[in-house]
Amino acid sequence: MGLLSIFKKKDASAEPQKPASVASKPAETKKEVKPVADKITLGYTHLSGCTGCTVALADNYAGLLTLLDKYVDLKYMPTLADARHIQKVDVSFVEGSVCINDKLAVEEIKETREKSAIVVALGGCACYGNITRFSRGGQQNQPAHEAYLPIGDLIKVDVFIPGCAPTPQMIRNVAVMAYLLLKGTKEQKDLATAFLTPLMKLTEKNEACFCELMTQVINQGLCMGCGTCAAACPVNAITMEYGKPQGERDLCIKCGACYSQCPRSWFSFDVVENYEAINEAIMAALQ
Amino acid sequence: MGAELGKYKSVISARSTDKELLKHAQDGGIVSSLFAFALDEGIIDGAIVAASKEFAAKNPSKVIIDSSNFDMIEPWRPIPAIVNTKAELLAAAGTKYNISPNVALLKEATRAFGLDKIGIVGTPCQMQAVRKAQLYPIGMRDVGASIALAVGIFCMENFPYQSILQLVEDHAAMKLESVKKMEIGKGKFWVYGKRGQVVQLPLKVTHKYEQPGCHVCLDYVANLGDISTGSVGSPDGWSTVFVRSKIGDSVWAKAMAAGVFETQPMEKVKPGLELVTKLANEKITKNKATLEARKTFGVGKALRNPYI
Repeated sequence: MGLLSIFKKKDASAEPQKPASVASKPAETKKEVKPVADKITLGYTHLSGCTGCTVALADNYAGLLTLLDKYVDLKYMPTLADARHIQKVDVSFVEGSVCINDKLAVEEIKETREKSAIVVALGGCACYGNITRFSRGGQQNQPAHEAYLPIGDLIKVDVFIPGCAPTPQMIRNVAVMAYLLLKGTKEQKDLATAFLTPLMKLTEKNEACFCELMTQVINQGLCMGCGTCAAACPVNAITMEYGKPQGERDLCIKCGACYSQCPRSWFSFDVVENYEAINEAIMAALQ
Repeated sequence: MGAELGKYKSVISARSTDKELLKHAQDGGIVSSLFAFALDEGIIDGAIVAASKEFAAKNPSKVIIDSSNFDMIEPWRPIPAIVNTKAELLAAAGTKYNISPNVALLKEATRAFGLDKIGIVGTPCQMQAVRKAQLYPIGMRDVGASIALAVGIFCMENFPYQSILQLVEDHAAMKLESVKKMEIGKGKFWVYGKRGQVVQLPLKVTHKYEQPGCHVCLDYVANLGDISTGSVGSPDGWSTVFVRSKIGDSVWAKAMAAGVFETQPMEKVKPGLELVTKLANEKITKNKATLEARKTFGVGKALRNPYI
């Protein structure tokens, strides 16, 4: 709870737009023409993805507007912003995998890495390849575009948000935590670090499908049959048979949702035991 | 240790005031009464509970049927179901002592089943799953805010269905379909037959049938439920109830005001909180040792630790 008191105090304060950290460096805020000094800058690189991740981001509705209003300065993004070219930013979201036969895509992912402090792979394609893993080329109008890789095969990625599509709430939570990590007080940074650590650890591996549940959970003697994986699967490839997941592997699209949602893939007591306060704080931050 | 009972606002010994309901209940009828009250009051519009294959056969629209031998008669096999009435709740009441993947219905509850305010009952690990799904909703779009009441039940360990089959039919020498009630208490596994026969097995016999995944669990009293409950600590026919979250506190207060439960202070009952604490510590200590042993399981090779 100690972690959160300041986060909460910030939300309850008379000036919700100015988190506690603003007070310590007022000189910087005065120089700005627009009151955006303590926003983090965000970019959005769109590679071989279906725009579903973009839609999920937009599906935060008013929450997205609050995010853009108070916490995030969206520097560039195809579809939702005027500026489309990659710029220097604090955080960039990347949607889609990289087609290595597409020179522009390869350049863009490299440029994204060079210009971003934190790169977040957003969605199954960027994290794990997702359905682009099944591509063998031959499609119109670029039949020679046949080889797709998750972005982690070409650049170092800092945070994964798996799932197809990733959920609006997960994107929201990560955005709020990224803000706290970069602009918060010591306590807020600690909270954000604890929250984001499992998502950072996910970047160690660029492959995920139902098999992860078998090899990393069941084969390791960790499954206790809660059914989370079956609920998380976006294509209903998982059923629970006698209390254990049964995967229809031909249906699996390799989005990684089942494994990362599983409470026995990773679980942080420090974070989850404070679920009530963290949920309240995130909701309050978006008021 | 100190943290073995989790955070809670209050703890009390309670039992339902509904005599009819108590006939179906495992102990004090806490979960069934609480959900029945929450349904009546509109606090929830449906609850995910562990029903049975008989229930599923009669109410196919309340379950998701998987393909595992569904036509086979399997008494005491829990099937997660969404219930909307008190009659359905009663049909699903009682502890089954084998795995019911209730969280599997959590997303579909907000989709095909159309719930906006979900009640869910589950073991401590299932409460962990529910809270992880709220904080890290990776595959749980629009689910977290719909969870209106999560009730956790005390749990030392769980069994696969086949283990219960073996324990009851091989060790206790009773047919599963003739079993009226199963219970773990006073250091024994009890099987009560419909004709009145009672068989008790020493818990030692049951250990090798436990689900392996339970041996890394560090939660006995469902620390992450809004309310958590179990028989341990309270007299026969009563349950120990921890009220943990703001939601839990509000629902419990309303239920008390409506006279849904009769209560006794925890300090007044035997064996009391001391036994709950003792068993919680036993479980946590044993399973921490398991986690420790996993670190040096092979030769210079560890088994995976899920806890970050």
